[in-house]
Amino acid sequence: MADIRNNFVGIKSPNPFWLASAPPTDKAYNVIRAFKAGWGGVVWKTLGEEGPPVVNVNGPRYGAIWGADRRLLGLNNIELITDRDLQTNLREMKQVKMDWPDRALIASIMVPCEEESWKAILPLVEETGADGIELNFGCPHGMSERGMGAAVGQVPEYIEMVVRWCKQYTRMPVITKLTPNITDIRKPARAAHAGGTDAVSLINTINSITGVDLDSFAPMPTIDGKGSHGGYCGPAVKPIAMNMVAEIARDPETRGLPISGIGGITTWRDAAEFMALGAGNVQVCTAAMTYGFKIVQEMIAGLENWMDDKGHRSLDDVIGRATPNVTDWQYLNLNYVAKAHIDQDACIKCGRCHIACEDTSHQAITNVVNGIRHFEVIEAECVGCNLCVNVCPVDNCITMEPLAAGVMDQRTGKPVSPVYANWTTHPNNPMAKVAAE
Amino acid sequence: MPEGQFKEGIVGGRLAADQYADNFSDLHPPLDHHEALVESDRCYFCYDAPCMNACPTSIDIPLFIRQISTGNPIGSAKTIFDQNILGGMCARVCPTETLCEEVCVREVAEGKPVQIGRLQRYATDVAMAENKQFYPRATATGKTVAVVGAGPAGLAAAHRLARHGHDVTILEARPKAGGLNEYGIAAYKSVDNFAQAEVDYVTAIGGIDIQNGKALGRDYQLSDLIRNYDAVFLGMGLGGVNALRADGEDAAGVTNAVEFIAELRQASDLSGLPVGRRVVVIGGGMTAIDAAVQSKLLGAEEVTICYRRGQDHMNASEFEQDLAAANGVTIRHWLQPKRVIAEGGKVSGIELEYTALNGDRLAGTGETLTLVADQVFKAIGQSFVPAALNGSGASIDLEAGRIKVDGEGRTSLAKVWAGGDCIFGGDDLTVSAVAQGRDAAESIHRSLTQG
Repeated sequence: MADIRNNFVGIKSPNPFWLASAPPTDKAYNVIRAFKAGWGGVVWKTLGEEGPPVVNVNGPRYGAIWGADRRLLGLNNIELITDRDLQTNLREMKQVKMDWPDRALIASIMVPCEEESWKAILPLVEETGADGIELNFGCPHGMSERGMGAAVGQVPEYIEMVVRWCKQYTRMPVITKLTPNITDIRKPARAAHAGGTDAVSLINTINSITGVDLDSFAPMPTIDGKGSHGGYCGPAVKPIAMNMVAEIARDPETRGLPISGIGGITTWRDAAEFMALGAGNVQVCTAAMTYGFKIVQEMIAGLENWMDDKGHRSLDDVIGRATPNVTDWQYLNLNYVAKAHIDQDACIKCGRCHIACEDTSHQAITNVVNGIRHFEVIEAECVGCNLCVNVCPVDNCITMEPLAAGVMDQRTGKPVSPVYANWTTHPNNPMAKVAAE
Repeated sequence: MPEGQFKEGIVGGRLAADQYADNFSDLHPPLDHHEALVESDRCYFCYDAPCMNACPTSIDIPLFIRQISTGNPIGSAKTIFDQNILGGMCARVCPTETLCEEVCVREVAEGKPVQIGRLQRYATDVAMAENKQFYPRATATGKTVAVVGAGPAGLAAAHRLARHGHDVTILEARPKAGGLNEYGIAAYKSVDNFAQAEVDYVTAIGGIDIQNGKALGRDYQLSDLIRNYDAVFLGMGLGGVNALRADGEDAAGVTNAVEFIAELRQASDLSGLPVGRRVVVIGGGMTAIDAAVQSKLLGAEEVTICYRRGQDHMNASEFEQDLAAANGVTIRHWLQPKRVIAEGGKVSGIELEYTALNGDRLAGTGETLTLVADQVFKAIGQSFVPAALNGSGASIDLEAGRIKVDGEGRTSLAKVWAGGDCIFGGDDLTVSAVAQGRDAAESIHRSLTQG
């Protein structure tokens, strides 16, 4: 049986599934329910500094996009950090950690970008017995207008500075949560690393407007006729998050820096993918907000079943296994040739592959052969782009079949070369490097 | 238990009063908004879609479904009506399981086609509820066209002609317009007086004058129409019912299924409608199924369809056969009527002979079977009655007993077009009649404007 116990920067939890800092972790009541359901850890909803708490809007806080059957595909929120008193949160955190010693409890923190503010709150958090802290440099709405959250996360120098303060004023492991609302995720990760962070977590939510009410011409969610960008999350953001995780995992400057993966994780498979790309564990929010805490049971069992099936004994067998396979475009093998192949027994003759290829790609799929509706790849035209695979509604009906070395590529009229060759040495590249003699 | 249930003979009131409404409620209840969105999402938007090619009116099905999925049911309805102005009724009565839905790639792949008919009904219902009229009439041409018969072919032709600016007079023998949509379809397929609502919707375009109670050959002659109008469209359907050719078929209690169906559709109180305790229906098409199922729904204890060939030969679709079975109708094959047994002039049973195929030829085997019955419905097809037509004008060419037309619906007589069941090649489908009426109207329009 696979062992899915997790050790993330020294923080131990029975499984790698943590609830992200968000509405589900705002108070003891929810967190206890989460632990009962089986979650390995929680990152408590972000604490602010002592004093009157923030206030939230009293209208809609969430917007969403859905599939046809109202499957929630993406969620957006304009909720701020906890709107409960700091002491109340600290008291509850302490009690919960005492009652659930085997679960991870991380405190998310966001205070003004001043050394005194961080210096003041860290001992209070430490006193709760929390296993670590997460610096919220990601919140894209509201708090960022006040110079916190994403406003810090968008300035690498601030990140480094605050991380340094935290490492100075607490013994607790520091996880720096990054905003995706930047152009190059490696810059803030490097800054956090330089400041001495123990780990990064990403992604926080993405600036977004989920829709526009076409009667009132107001963005959604709409509060009294107006809207503000919110933070986008849920299944829709997963590909963006995974790329950012991989970018940090393979960056020479941050390689080996522990990553807590966040962004649209809904199933065990999503979690396994994040971990394969280099995440040491994962954090979940939207899936729990959509279906409730019980989903962790599927995640735990699914991950164990997959690991058993593949012979992975522990998470270390999985984490980062895909990272080396993430590379730059210029290093992709241009001598690799694949052609689409349509399984005629599986084909239901919808014609989508044909029209996609005919209208928008390479005119490489027939629609009629000998007067009969028939969809077949014209190898001499197929560039192996994979669009047909992606638009085909039938699983495994169209597959990309690599041509073996030596086989004639009917499109180029040349045999497939057995030699790896990439753009850096390609003759069409004006900056091609001459292969070393 | 209502006391009428096991009463011998053909009587009404076999069921409790409230049972009738339940039994004759909508066979395919309309999709609600969310159901329509979910169902429309199942459509793959196929290229050169098989469903579209299978539709006799060539409705752009993937497009109208996509329009539903994007929250544009009005646009969707226009896509439907562009090809088929009776798209509302066709959505209800088309045997989609043998047309669009049979060839849906999801039927082929998983045995669960996109419910095209119900989606079509959803979109057309939305537009018709708003009485959304999509087609302004072209500038008046001053041309007049007479249409014989206010059935699907005639209405489709009239609408298209009116749209082109011609003035149309429809002459209809029956008291109401609609043809088989009004008189010939099982009640549970077209509830809430939909056929009349559709006639109103179609004629709302203007320029269509329907005159009821006007029968060709009785109240006017074809020669009058040819003389008084610029063009004539014949869409009078089939007036005759095929005989059983069995001894004793004139006994009381032997009825034409089409008349029973019409009577049922026109009945204001179904509980007053008499039906036998033991009913035998002779035939294998939709009419046989409609008569049999409705007999059962009216409270008949035993209903048996007897068909002279095997299940594969039945014109009724598999869905219709299942519908009959689900309603407790027994379908028996390889039986042909031999003799209606009567007592005191009233049906008491029917003697049937087993049949077998000898090569391509069907023949009785000599073995017989007698079923007790107090009512027998004849549903072995209808035939064209040319007498009214050919007795009232120059003779028109027929083919296999029906009016012969060319690819555009032109008959052998100048200025005369025809479509629907009365033409050779008519296939007893509302949707085909609509296509023929529409296309003949285009041909008439070309002829009137180019001549």
